[in-house]
Formats: sequence, C-alpha cells, structure tokens
Amino acid sequence: MTGALQRFLPLIVTTAVLVVGFLICAAQFPNFASWRVVANLLTDNAFLGITAVGMTFVILSGGIDLSVGAVIGFTTVLLAVLIEQGGWHPVAAFAVALIAAGGFGAAMGGVIHVFQMPPFIVTLAGMFIARGLGFVLTTDSVPINHPLYGELNDMALRFDFGLKLSLPALLMLGVVAAAVVLAHWTRFGANLYALGGNRQSAELMGVPVARTTVAVYGLSGLLAGLAGIVFSLYTGAGYSLAATGVELDTITAVVIGGTQLTGGYGYVVGTFVGVLIQGLIQTYITFDGTLSSWWTKIAIGVLLFVFILLQKGLLTVWAGRGGEPAEA
Amino acid sequence: MTLSAPGPSRNLPQYGALIAVLLANWLLFPDFFAIRLQDGRLFGSLIDVLNRGAPVALLAVGMTMVIATRGVDLSVGAVMAISGAIAATMTGAGWSLPAVLAASLAAGLLCGLWNGVLVAVLRIQPIIATLILMVAGRGIAQLVTEGQIVTFTSPALAFIGSGSFLTVPMPVVLTIAVLAVTALLVRATALGLMIEAVGVNRLSSAGAGVNTPVVLVAVYVWCGLCAAVAGLIVTADIRGADANNAGLWLELDAILAVVVGGTSLLGGRFGLVLSVVGALIIQAMNTGILLSGFKPEFNLIVKAGVLLVVLLLQSPALTLLLPRPKGARPIGTVKPPVAPTSGGAKP
Repeated sequence: MTGALQRFLPLIVTTAVLVVGFLICAAQFPNFASWRVVANLLTDNAFLGITAVGMTFVILSGGIDLSVGAVIGFTTVLLAVLIEQGGWHPVAAFAVALIAAGGFGAAMGGVIHVFQMPPFIVTLAGMFIARGLGFVLTTDSVPINHPLYGELNDMALRFDFGLKLSLPALLMLGVVAAAVVLAHWTRFGANLYALGGNRQSAELMGVPVARTTVAVYGLSGLLAGLAGIVFSLYTGAGYSLAATGVELDTITAVVIGGTQLTGGYGYVVGTFVGVLIQGLIQTYITFDGTLSSWWTKIAIGVLLFVFILLQKGLLTVWAGRGGEPAEA
Repeated sequence: MTLSAPGPSRNLPQYGALIAVLLANWLLFPDFFAIRLQDGRLFGSLIDVLNRGAPVALLAVGMTMVIATRGVDLSVGAVMAISGAIAATMTGAGWSLPAVLAASLAAGLLCGLWNGVLVAVLRIQPIIATLILMVAGRGIAQLVTEGQIVTFTSPALAFIGSGSFLTVPMPVVLTIAVLAVTALLVRATALGLMIEAVGVNRLSSAGAGVNTPVVLVAVYVWCGLCAAVAGLIVTADIRGADANNAGLWLELDAILAVVVGGTSLLGGRFGLVLSVVGALIIQAMNTGILLSGFKPEFNLIVKAGVLLVVLLLQSPALTLLLPRPKGARPIGTVKPPVAPTSGGAKP
C-alpha cells in the first residue's frame, strides 16, 4: 500500500495542485466554476496537450525533443500553402503533414541512435531545420479559408449538463487516453520505460533500442504534426513563427506532471494535469484582468522550480529509506 | 589523453573555415574587405561582421566555460533581456551610467548565481535548472519594463553599442576585453584545469580535492556576467529594451558557436578563442547570405546544416565507421568542419 502511495505521490501532488488552484479561482471569481471555462481550458490547450504527450514519451525514454514547436509552426505553414496555394483538399493536406512530421521525428531518432549523439543537440538542429523550412515556404501569415475548416470548428460533443467539447479538446482527450494505454499496457511502453531507466541494461535485456528510439521520436513528431493541425484549426491560419517556445511549455508540463527528466519514471496523465495547471494560470490572469501576461511566465517558472525540488526531495527521502522506486 | 588545450594543428579547421567563409563573401561582394575610417570609427563589411558577432561571441565565451563542465546554460537570452531591461529603465529614470552598468551586471551575476546554486548545490540537471530562468526570465524582464519597449536617449549608454575606442567599435572592444580576462583567469591559473576536471568526472575531481560546487557556481556566474554584457550591448545599440525579443534564440547560436569551435558537449575540453571564432563563422555566414541576395530565412537551415555536419564529424560512431587513414587522430577527437561552412556561404 505504501509502495503504491510512494509511486503515485508526484501524480497525487500535481492533481492536488490543479484541484486546489481551481478551487481558489472559483472562490475568487464565481463564474469560474462553469463548464464553459472547463471547455475553454481544454480547447485552448489542446495543441499543447497533444504535443506534451509526445514529449512525455521522449523524456520517458531518456531523451528530449526541442523541435516540436518548430514542427507545429512548419505544419501550419505546410497546410496553409497546400490548401490555399496548392488547392489541395484539407484531408489530403492533413495526411501529408502528418507523414512529413512523423518522418521528420523518426529521422532525428535515427540520427540520435546511429551516431550516438546527444538528443538535445540533434533536436536543436531539427528545430532550426523545421523553422527554416517553414520560412522558406512563406514568411507571411497565410489565412486558411477552406469551408471544411469552418465545419470542423463547429463540430463539438455536447453533454446534457452543459459541457461542450470542441474537436481539438476531443482530439487531445483521445490522444491522452491512447497514450495511457500505449505507455502502461503495451510492449512498446515497457520498452520505453526500460530504455529510460538504463539504456545498457535495456539493450542487454533484449529491448530493441534502435527501433524504440526511432519510434519514440517519430511519435513525438507525429503528435507535433497533429498539434499543428489543431493549431491551424484554432487560428485559421498558417504562420512559420507559430507556436514559438512551445517546446519549453511542454517540457514544463512534463516536469510539473512528475515525470523524471532523466527518464524511466513518470505518467502521461501527470503531463496532462501539468498542461491544465499552466492553462489554469493563464485563465486566472485573464479573469483577473489587472495582472499582466508576464506573470504567467514568472508563475510557471516558480511552479517548475517547486516541482523539481519536490521531485528531488521525494527521491532523496525514498533513497534514504531504501525504498524501491527511488531509482525508477 | 586529449584533454590538453587544443594545439595549433587542431585550430586549423576553425580558422580555415572562417577564412573560407570570408573569401566566399569576398567573391560575392568584392568590397567585402574594404575598410574606411569615418568620424573616427572604422566601417566596412568585415568590421560589421565583428560588430554584429560581438553579442554571440560574448555569450559563447561564457557558454564555453559552462559546456566544459558538461553543463549548458539555456537562460543566457533571458539574462540578456533582464540586463537590457534594467539598463534601459534605469537610464530612463535618470540614473548615472556607472549605477546603470553596476545594476545590469549585478543582475547578470545574480542570475548566474541562481543557475549555479541549482546545478552545484541542489544537483539539478543543467538543462532543466537553466530552463527555469529561461521561462521565468523574460517574465522578469517584462516586469522591469512593465511590458513596454523602453527606449532612452542617453548618449552615455548608447556609446556602448555604437561608440568606438581607438577607432574600434565598442562591442568589439568589450568582447576582446572579456575574452582576454576570461583567458587569463582560466589559462594563467589552475581554474581552467579544474573546470576541465569537473567536466570529465565530477565525482572523481571532487575526490581529487577540487571544490566542485565553487567551480560550478563560478562558471555559471561568469556566464551570467557575459550575458549581461551582451544584453547591455544589444540594448545600447538599439537604444531600447525589448523584453520579448532581446536575445531571443541567441542561447542556441551561442551553443552552436561553441560546438563549431570544437568544444565537446560532453565536457572536459574547451577552446575559448575557438568559440569566438565559431561565433564569427556564424556571423560571417549570416552576412554572406544577406550579401548574396538570398532570403535571410535560409540562415536557419544553413545553421542547422553546419551544426549537423560538425556533430557528425565529432561523433564517435562515424569515426568508427570510416576507414581510418594513416596517422589518423585518436577516436573522439574533433575532425575538421571545413566542408559545411564553405558550403554554407553559397547556399
């Protein structure tokens, strides 16, 4: 029992922060506790949540992916150029964008594995390349006017009690659910945790290190591509500077969510809660009206610091007691 | 071992690459090497490369020390924004230049101290420890400027960005000064050796009597100071502080400059002057792309190409794959990054 409690403690703390944060907001602004706010929280952070799921997998495997924000930006530009200038049907453009983004990620994974290079620097180069490719396509913000975009934006799942989930929100929830299954109930997930725990032992145990590395970066790229599609739906445009800095927001969400940055330990659900906490801070600042947007950055920085310290502290306590999950 | 300071033969690739890029620029633009004296200050494309390369070169000096300890500092861009915001705001409020400079540099020192304590005392991974300040730093800078782009008219502060000393532009003078002081600190004392020792193995260097926390805090503080100077230069140059965009992405350029300069990301060996040469190679490429009439958008792709090729040449896996010619370097040493940079100038 205590073992399970120990294992889930970071997740419990993160969720508690979200709940307490929401209660504070609701106490201060009576209109806060409404389904409308919840629905907006999910819609506004959908692209971030989808990207963060991919980042969680990468970090669980012991790596990092700095290219995701740039891939989102590139995807929106590619979609805008294909649909508006190439006259493509959006669905065909979506397919091409997903293949391109996934292939891009897989290629980075391949380079990381074959040449044994630090993921940090390979994905940094990937970030330059993806932003650069976006710029080369067009430096303008291109509006997307296809009728399907309007239809997709109107699509929503309505519940009787008043919750209205938009397509981006549904996509994010679907991705999170699929990711939980993938991480905890499949061979791939087990390989991922093993790889992040200790690469050499994983290899000796027969984990297909090469395939897993390529797959995890491919998955991160694919999800960044999906996030790009959601982002273009959300903004109705393609812009090569879109989603600047999202890689850091997603890493922050992963850390707040309790995933160990050295890999091998963490939960997809935690990341999802981390994304919601960041969204909550932003919504609070919007509600308040007198606070300026820069407080978001400072608040998130402080939260990041607190959660890193918390993780460090918990690990030290466990290690001191000889508790089992200290290394995990 | 390959831990000693790079010898002259090791430096050749970087200098060769710089010369190649400069020659390529000269082919594109025959007036490239023309330098004229006007109003007591040197002007010309070559001077421009030095002048515009100064902020990244300064960041690269600090970043080299950090990377040599097997760390990385992602917050330098945000620190530039903070120091610039403080300088512009205080100047606007009528403070004297010495007070402004002291406050800006103190801010950089504090930022470095924060990073250093997180890495050295709390033992947080450098990339994550400095991520905190990277995220929060721009918020702090905006807090200082209250979200505005603060402009100022003080000629005293502007002198740092656009003035000149003995006909040399001030940013170049400052960069040379910081480089000289840093080189003196690390090469004339045992500090450089200790930094390399920490980079090779923190535990065993601590066992051998190196005060690793002090060394680590010192390199992050120095990196913060270098970033503050770079922030002052950028702010003084445009006579204003933009908390959102000052130093944006420059942390990545600085890392690129250090890597192009041949310092290994795995720590333990560094070349200060070579990092500055790396910064100049990057700036010369930027200038070359502009002069060639190509869209500046190509800069990012060219940079990525250079980064990848340099890393591939450094990667131990590739060294193992390639048939080794006679008299080859030992595995793991840097191979010449000449091909990428000369290719980069004519995209």
